[in-house]
Amino acid sequence: MNVMIFLIPVALFMAVVGLCAFFWSLRSGQYEDLDGAAHRVLIPDDEDAPN
Amino acid sequence: MATVALTESGCPSGLAPAADAETRRADPAAFVRRDAHGAETLELLIQGAKCAGCIRKIESGLLALPGITDARLNLSTGRLRVSWSPGTVAPSSITESLARMGYGAAAFDPAAAARQVDEEGRKLLRYLAVAGFAAMNIMMFSVPVWSGDGEMGEGTRTLLHWISALIAIPAALYAAQPFFRSAWTALRARRANMDVPISLAVFLTLGISIAETLQQGEHAYFDGITMLLFFLLIGRYLDHKLREQARTAARDLLAMQSVTASRIGADGRVVAIGAAEIGVGDTLLLASGDRAPVDGIILEGVSDLDRSMLTGETLPQAVRPGDQIHAGVINLSQRLVIRASARAQDSSVAELARLIEAGEQGRARFVRLAEKAAALYVPVVHSLALATFLGWLLAPALLRFVGFEVADVGFRVALMNAVAVLIITCPCALGLAVPAVQVVATGRLFKRGVLVKSGDALERLAEVDVAVFDKTGTLTLGKPRLMTNVEPDVLRAAASLARISRHPLSRALVEAAGPGLSADNAREIPGEGIEAGDARLGRRTFAAPACLDAEDGAAELWFAQGDAPPVRFAFVDALRIDAAQTVSALKQRGIKVELISGDRPVAVAAAAREAGIETWVGGASPSDKTARLAQLRAQGFKPLMIGDGLNDAAALAAAHASASPGTALEASQAASDLVIQGAALMPLIEAIDVAKMARARALENLRFSALYNVIAAPLAAAGFLTPLIAALAMSGSSLFVTLNALRLQLSWRRA
Repeated sequence: MNVMIFLIPVALFMAVVGLCAFFWSLRSGQYEDLDGAAHRVLIPDDEDAPN
Repeated sequence: MATVALTESGCPSGLAPAADAETRRADPAAFVRRDAHGAETLELLIQGAKCAGCIRKIESGLLALPGITDARLNLSTGRLRVSWSPGTVAPSSITESLARMGYGAAAFDPAAAARQVDEEGRKLLRYLAVAGFAAMNIMMFSVPVWSGDGEMGEGTRTLLHWISALIAIPAALYAAQPFFRSAWTALRARRANMDVPISLAVFLTLGISIAETLQQGEHAYFDGITMLLFFLLIGRYLDHKLREQARTAARDLLAMQSVTASRIGADGRVVAIGAAEIGVGDTLLLASGDRAPVDGIILEGVSDLDRSMLTGETLPQAVRPGDQIHAGVINLSQRLVIRASARAQDSSVAELARLIEAGEQGRARFVRLAEKAAALYVPVVHSLALATFLGWLLAPALLRFVGFEVADVGFRVALMNAVAVLIITCPCALGLAVPAVQVVATGRLFKRGVLVKSGDALERLAEVDVAVFDKTGTLTLGKPRLMTNVEPDVLRAAASLARISRHPLSRALVEAAGPGLSADNAREIPGEGIEAGDARLGRRTFAAPACLDAEDGAAELWFAQGDAPPVRFAFVDALRIDAAQTVSALKQRGIKVELISGDRPVAVAAAAREAGIETWVGGASPSDKTARLAQLRAQGFKPLMIGDGLNDAAALAAAHASASPGTALEASQAASDLVIQGAALMPLIEAIDVAKMARARALENLRFSALYNVIAAPLAAAGFLTPLIAALAMSGSSLFVTLNALRLQLSWRRA
């Protein structure tokens, strides 16, 4: 059972990383245009390339 | 080559119809702003963009214009943001280019559409993420506790409970904030809403679980409480998203309504300004095709006005200098110079806006299904929990009193069981029951081109039993169509004259004749007709003064050439293709149909006959329409109003539910619950069917939630609840409700 001493913090740490990643994606506006993101995948980069 | 032809007209995948070239094009110059980097930006609302092809076509098409530095389309909201360095691009060239690509574009009034990021939605997502994170991680500790039941030592179990507590306490206190806030607001107003039992359950559960952990007991509900919050927040988020979508749609429509005007300054220069900036006495230029932004008096020019949006009248009205012009009418043929006699907010349109407000107040009394359920639910749950607490506390004493030998169970057990009742009855499923159904229903309708604009619109639409149609532009297309059969040669000759005019009758004639050449020496005589050599096309008094008036009330053009006898072209405002089909489909569903129009009774009667409507009224003023709706409501009917004009806006707001076609004036779209895109009316029938099905699903869900509580609450009150049962019951019921809502997606494959 001693292994739990490591496993529990590791599990919690990974979950916190996931939570932080979600907050980051929320803050960087990735949920502003869900439909657009789904469709932009289909646009070839080389032809679009505005920048 | 085929793709080139396709891409010329709107969405390359054909998902959305190309925008009508006639769509109003306000000069966007008044709406240009400077952004933080000093670039000029313009926000436009795009109509008709549906797919990846549209994104690419619009963005690369605009970037190809010289000077444009950035163009980004948000497909979810339909907003396009264009930037360029100051002075390099004429804003009108952007809208023109979009129109050439086949998309409608309307500039935003930055004040009306102050870009508000959906802060509330973001916060809810953050709460949701925290609750989900906590629920999943605590479950990681709860599963060993449950499965190790009997084998696990007390020390290990308590350790796992303590870790759960460390996650659950901060997470629950953080994620339950929306419930605390709403409950507190309700309590201060001496009311109780669904959030009161939720908040109570959060506090009591946390408290009792901590107490249990301190005493090394086995019943800690840390997993239950975080999972509960997770499910409740999903429901809350869905509900919020629906309302936000409706709010954005309404705000966008209002923002688009802000008409621009061209003011002629003292130095003769024309400046584009917002309608709100027009002052009394300003001289304004009204090009042909423009809508008058304010009431005024004509100073120069002779033209025809389309007043159908104001009155429903289909015949154009001829005007000359000195005549009155009302806000909302469209100038058809020649440019006019007018002097504003009122500001925008004092014009006749504003009067209609006040009527709309009055109508909407009546609708605000509608109580949503979920609110009705909450009103029933809250007192029942609270009294049940209280009864459980008192029962466990007092029952032993009572039993002893009648002679049984029982020991007191104590305060702790009584409280524990009362809390168990609060947890198990917590409105997880109830909170998801209605929003889940509505999200599925509105999403489905959106794909069919029906925009649902208010959160409770579908609930109201499901109850409708009378449909009141407007005629011009709603039941009909609002465009004249040639109905006289004439020799092709004569038609071609007449069309060659008509091609130089913007008058709607001329355009209808050209449309009937097809492509061809225009007469070289043709010139338009404003208010009379067109002349080319010995040929004349126009009014009877202009082209064929010797002929008699046909007196059938139809819109007409006369054509005379040389010595040949004059020919009369008569026009009708044709019904939408599926108008009759829609009317009969409504009747099939037991909905009575009425037609009420401001047009001449002759025209209304003909349209009613053709569409199969028995009850009709012609020559109705806007207040007649609202009066008819009030009368229907007084008789106990729940009327659905379908209209498009400014004269319908007040009636749309006063009806139980309302719909307008996508071609409707912005004010009417803003006043109605549903906006139907495209030329067909049948999506209305689908919307009604979906609304009814959604209502049935929502009621099923509510009934299921009630049944669940009827079974679970007594179990909890009797003390049988364990954390494992609570977790299973809550997730199971929420899952059931969500799946039942999704069933709505599948059940629409009927013929």
